[in-house]
Amino acid sequence: MKKYLSFFRIRFLNSLQYRAAAYAGMATQFFWGGMLVLMYRAFYRADAAAFPMAFQQTASYVWLQQAFLWLFMTWGYDNEIFAQITQGTIAYELARPIPVYSMWFLKQAANRSAGAFLRCIPVLTVSFLLPKPYGLMLPDSIQTLLLFLMTLVLGFFTMLAFQMLAYILVFYTMSPSGVRMVMATAGEFLSGGLIPIPFMPQKMQDILTLTPFAAMQNLPLRVYIGDIAGGELANAVILQLFWLAALLFVGNLWIRRALRRVVVQGG
Amino acid sequence: MRLYFRYFAIYLRGLMEYRASFVMTLLSQFVSSFTGVLAVYFMMERFHTVEGFTFPQVLLCFATVLMAFSLAECFFRGFDTFSSMLGNGQFDRMLVRPRGIVFQVVASRVDLSRLGRLLQAVVIFCYALPASGVSWTPDKVLTLVLMVVCGMLVFSGLFIIYASICFFTIQGLEFINIFTDGGREFGQYPFVIYGKEVLRFFTYIVPLALFQYYPFLYLIGRSRWRGYMLFPLLSLLFLIPCAVLWRVGLRHYRSTGS
Repeated sequence: MKKYLSFFRIRFLNSLQYRAAAYAGMATQFFWGGMLVLMYRAFYRADAAAFPMAFQQTASYVWLQQAFLWLFMTWGYDNEIFAQITQGTIAYELARPIPVYSMWFLKQAANRSAGAFLRCIPVLTVSFLLPKPYGLMLPDSIQTLLLFLMTLVLGFFTMLAFQMLAYILVFYTMSPSGVRMVMATAGEFLSGGLIPIPFMPQKMQDILTLTPFAAMQNLPLRVYIGDIAGGELANAVILQLFWLAALLFVGNLWIRRALRRVVVQGG
Repeated sequence: MRLYFRYFAIYLRGLMEYRASFVMTLLSQFVSSFTGVLAVYFMMERFHTVEGFTFPQVLLCFATVLMAFSLAECFFRGFDTFSSMLGNGQFDRMLVRPRGIVFQVVASRVDLSRLGRLLQAVVIFCYALPASGVSWTPDKVLTLVLMVVCGMLVFSGLFIIYASICFFTIQGLEFINIFTDGGREFGQYPFVIYGKEVLRFFTYIVPLALFQYYPFLYLIGRSRWRGYMLFPLLSLLFLIPCAVLWRVGLRHYRSTGS
């Protein structure tokens, strides 16, 4: 926890230095969110009956997604880590008193949450102030809000654990671009980053619900808008915990095997 | 022009040295833009039409924008990486060479790895051209060609603006991505679906709709007015402010000294 906090502080202060970049990022997110809401409006007008949820729920999903983009974007890799692996500076990491896996995991968690922290407040505030069906709605109870926060954190960890696999894969491929790009875009689509999972065909939804992808942004956002509740929610949380544990386990095991192959030559 | 082909051939040869990596990047580009198609497919399957456009029609529009964008990215990519060119002094070397600056920037980088997207656009066209129910008379073919070519030029204009801003800031400003990447992403659907204000914005300010929406109306036979055919040419007016900004930036330029 202390390590996480110190990483968080470094990153937070660092990103405060690049305020122009943060403003630019925010502008992009407002634009992106606004356009998406307008797009769903067009579909809503085309056939309201085919809409899998209320319009405002969709709008809220879009705005939450934009607000917490930094937590869940699958393409946000840390190039430093790739460089460490391909150029061999990982040797320094191995000399540190924390396991490499935990180190990278914490660093990722800190970087992303620091980025999200800066950006989510304006997006949430402005989208909340937007006129009724287009803006962000309030959750229906305090309990929902707490459940949202809980699944948000767990979903964030699941996402990170999934992404760790992409880093570990680079130990074997040494060229980071191809595989990680496919992983990022496929992951984005399957976790409901392009269109929310309820908009996909029923069969696909049934399958996706069982995968770790549904445990990432899909679950917290849909808990917030009240789309998942009751028994369904309990099941989803259990699955989420399972996938988080499984991904962490696999990642740890795998990195140990990968590291066994690493030869540090000195010099 | 001959010089450009020389450059081009060199890139091609360089690329073929790393063929496996090239094919991988191409493939991953293809896969990654495929999820976009899939998203459109799922939406259209659920709702059937949007603003009266059918799935093949939307795809036609999608492919036009995608093709225009990826062509622009292929050939005018030099402007996209301009900030690093300024940063590492490569640009200073260009200034002392006896060729046009724009030419050199354009020729400095031909990014064929972007062909993955182009390939995607071609595949979608293969499906959408017959399926959209357009009878492909010569004037309609001409319209489509104009849409793609002018679209490419408008996107290139946006890249030039992006590069021109670098003259002042050295760092690239990411907000222009709203119009390049955003134009590509949201241009999947005809701009009219986002409402009147958005359409107006993309007509008069950043004229993406001039090559995407208006000629498209003529193409699919929603409008019989032939004037729409030539609307893509109007979008080329956008290149004037781009060129002015570039000139101003160039005059303002001071080397970073590295």
